[in-house]
Amino acid sequence: MINAGVVTVSYIIATILFILALGGLSNQETARRGNWYGIIGMTIALLATVLGVVTQHYTILLVALLTGGSVGLLLARRVQMTQMPELVAILHSLVGLAAVAVGYANFMDPSVQFTGVELTIHDIETYLGILIGAVTFSGSVIAFGKLSGRIGGKPMLLPARHWLNLGLLIGAIWFGREFVVQSAAGAGMTPLIIMTVIALLFGIHMVMAIGGADMPVVVSMLNSYSGWAASATGFMLSNDLLIVTGALVGSSGAILSYIMCRAMNRKFLNVIAGGFGTGGGTSAAGGDEEGEIVPIDAAETAALLNDAREIMIIPGYGMAVAQAQHIVYELTSTLRAKGVNVRFGIHPVAGRMPGHMNVLLAEAKVPYDIVFEMDEINDDFPDVDVSIVIGANDIVNPSALEVPDSPIAGMPVLECWKGKVTIVLKRSMATGYAGVQNPLFFKENTRMLFGDAKDSLDEVFRSL
Amino acid sequence: MKIGVPRETYEGEKRVATTPDVAAQLIKLGFEVAVQDGAGATASFPDALYEAAGCRIVTSGDEIWRDADIVLKVRGPEPAEVALLRSGQTLISFLWPAQNPELLQSLTERGVTAMAMDSIPRISRAQKMDALSSMANIAGYRAVVEAAQHFGRFFTGQITAAGKVPPAKVLVIGAGVAGLAAIGAAKSMGAIVRSFDTRPEVKEQVESMDAEFLMLDFDDEDGSGEGGYAKVMSDEFIKAEMALFAEQAKDVDIIITTALIPGKPAPRLITADMVASMKDGSVVVDLAAEQGGNCALTEPDRVVSRDGVTIIGYTDLPSRLAAQSSQLYATNLRHLLTDLTPEKDGNIVVDMEDEVIRGATVCKDGETTWPPPAPKLSAAPQKAEPAPAPVAAPEKPSVAGPIIATVLGGLALLGLGAVAPPSFMAHFTVFVLACFVGYMVIWNVTPALHTPLMSVTNAISSIIVIGALLQISSSDKVIMWIAALTILITSINIAGGFAVTRRMLEMFRK
Repeated sequence: MINAGVVTVSYIIATILFILALGGLSNQETARRGNWYGIIGMTIALLATVLGVVTQHYTILLVALLTGGSVGLLLARRVQMTQMPELVAILHSLVGLAAVAVGYANFMDPSVQFTGVELTIHDIETYLGILIGAVTFSGSVIAFGKLSGRIGGKPMLLPARHWLNLGLLIGAIWFGREFVVQSAAGAGMTPLIIMTVIALLFGIHMVMAIGGADMPVVVSMLNSYSGWAASATGFMLSNDLLIVTGALVGSSGAILSYIMCRAMNRKFLNVIAGGFGTGGGTSAAGGDEEGEIVPIDAAETAALLNDAREIMIIPGYGMAVAQAQHIVYELTSTLRAKGVNVRFGIHPVAGRMPGHMNVLLAEAKVPYDIVFEMDEINDDFPDVDVSIVIGANDIVNPSALEVPDSPIAGMPVLECWKGKVTIVLKRSMATGYAGVQNPLFFKENTRMLFGDAKDSLDEVFRSL
Repeated sequence: MKIGVPRETYEGEKRVATTPDVAAQLIKLGFEVAVQDGAGATASFPDALYEAAGCRIVTSGDEIWRDADIVLKVRGPEPAEVALLRSGQTLISFLWPAQNPELLQSLTERGVTAMAMDSIPRISRAQKMDALSSMANIAGYRAVVEAAQHFGRFFTGQITAAGKVPPAKVLVIGAGVAGLAAIGAAKSMGAIVRSFDTRPEVKEQVESMDAEFLMLDFDDEDGSGEGGYAKVMSDEFIKAEMALFAEQAKDVDIIITTALIPGKPAPRLITADMVASMKDGSVVVDLAAEQGGNCALTEPDRVVSRDGVTIIGYTDLPSRLAAQSSQLYATNLRHLLTDLTPEKDGNIVVDMEDEVIRGATVCKDGETTWPPPAPKLSAAPQKAEPAPAPVAAPEKPSVAGPIIATVLGGLALLGLGAVAPPSFMAHFTVFVLACFVGYMVIWNVTPALHTPLMSVTNAISSIIVIGALLQISSSDKVIMWIAALTILITSINIAGGFAVTRRMLEMFRK
């Protein structure tokens, strides 16, 4: 209905809108507008394609579009904020699956004809698109399982897993060569299917081997993969919109992975190779410090909070598990009404995905201008009267700075022990994901408030 | 077991060994608590409060001593009280066994188990029962209050309409618990505070309270003795120290001395000449008055004026803050009793294997068990081993690595350019540029919005739906159905991703 030139212009507009959408996320004020740019961009791209390219099967198209759209809206409305990581993971898997499906359909499409080098390059593009898509798909499904607790959080470590990975990689390359050769002769379906299976296994194995604490890296990595998959599909279809959008998403995920790795002072490859936080081998290194802990009860905690002028709250995944964010907010607003300066300190890897804690606190109506990043507030701790650590462990572990051979040495941590008093809310004395004992608990100015975070805070709130 | 808390009989002693709050907690531990009437009156704890806490009020002092299994006191017993003790009873109070050998002797002879609160080892586990620290803390605070009362000026500096008021200068000698408390109190009243101590490890603590630490240039002499106390210093050191004090005396308005060496008379630090050199109206508070005084002119228990300088020699500063010191002392006692009652059934077990209990117990079953084996812990890091070489000097980021990577990458790209058709290279250009745009844009995203970033990128990566739209018009049924399926799942993603992002962003508010 509309000609190719108009379609291309629409794609350019859509590309610009997508870039603006990501740019809008640079702060909270512009973020909502950014999201609308994204929605408009997507609508324009869809409309242009439907009107300019599609020639038949409109009914099926519409039915699929509407059904999928309503399912998506329903999911988005139903999901709990604590389940965001799971939702994001499962949505990633859909992108992966789509990349695989588009790749296969494209390969089967008889109308696509190339010869010589162009055919080889096109085959490689198809192959890569399906490969990345399949890894994204199976990896995201496993990540979803781990995040939602359907699969245990402990890393599953097969013997000789690095060799296994290497074998899978070599297999993928070898079948890739086979595919290109056979495709030139008009066949190639068999190596393609074998490769897909290999890629699926690789995705499963990769995520299974990664421990719970590394989930933020995995989720951002899968985010990145889903982008690269879209980009590879774009090459395959010679479609610049897909290439650009995929590249944007891919680099976004890559940067997030990098930020997460830096926040844990770990190498990306090291995380992907998996096996961190197995508990057995690593705990011996510099972690056996024992000492006297000082328990505290809710009434004493309330008394401490009443006397404080500066309070820093450090949430971790335990706050999400206990669903304690709402009572945290009530506590915060009561204290702020009394003129106490309550602030939140967020470690980049707190929670299960980048920015997880921010979203939870936002859900509980905590104003974002009192929620700070680690780098913004780490120097303020000497002035803090009371730090409250809710369900966090490794991100407040002083041995990261003090014990050079600790498994988490060099990881930047929130230095709450420099404040006057630290109250740690914890179920028991168990170690964190890294399996490292936390000397914070034995510091003179640390008090332990044992029990479920939500119940404890409820009680503190009542005693206030 | 029954706990008895008699009235303190020492003249001027206002403290009491338990407070109503603590008594209630002791009852929870399974004890019965009897309190002599009026025991808490001088510390502002009336009998009614004890009764409300579940204590029995006893009018006869003798009955308390006779019936109790455990007697809690502040001061050590008078001879008349010792006579009331019998074998099998436990007495917990300050005893100062080194200074009172006869008392220790007579307690041993009577077969009681006596625990001295002053002999609790100063290790971190026992901090909660360290009554010496509690009392020293109060004495330090009270010393500043006493000084303020006798000092005719403000502590804090002010600029007023009637002229400028300079802040008072306070010198605190000995930065132990009392010294640090004095520094804190003087500092919070607005004075300029300086402090001196022979133990270099306290420098950091002094500076953490925003006071100035006066240093002597003596590199190799460390005044830290065993168990965190100070020790006797060399003659040269003392000479330099005295010169420092003489110089400071001319400058400061208030001197608070807290220097003590265990088992020795207090060191003489402030001479009569120094006092004479101080400005008129200055104040010296000598917390070591009981052990002979740090100041040559101190008279124990009295306030005297010499050369226009007031010298305060009170030895009962904690008792002058009776309610506060009773509360802290009673809590120290409670912690000790908690450790003594592992079963929480009101029966104490004197476990001589426990370092803390062993240290506190001065006599048991007719045998003197004092002095205990010396504690071996000090707050100061052992300086025997020289500082280890800085752990693995930070590696210089290798320049070679990135260069090699760049060169290899460049070569690979050139190789690709050599074989690839122009149409591919056009797309490739777009791809590389898009990566850079993404890189630039994403670094600007605030970390607080990383989750919305992921969900929105997720939604836009579903642009892959375009691929399916291109294929759905295929006349091949299989391809068409695959494309339809792809459209279905990607549209879940598009709608879901954008909607959930919107929902999250709506929640962020100021």
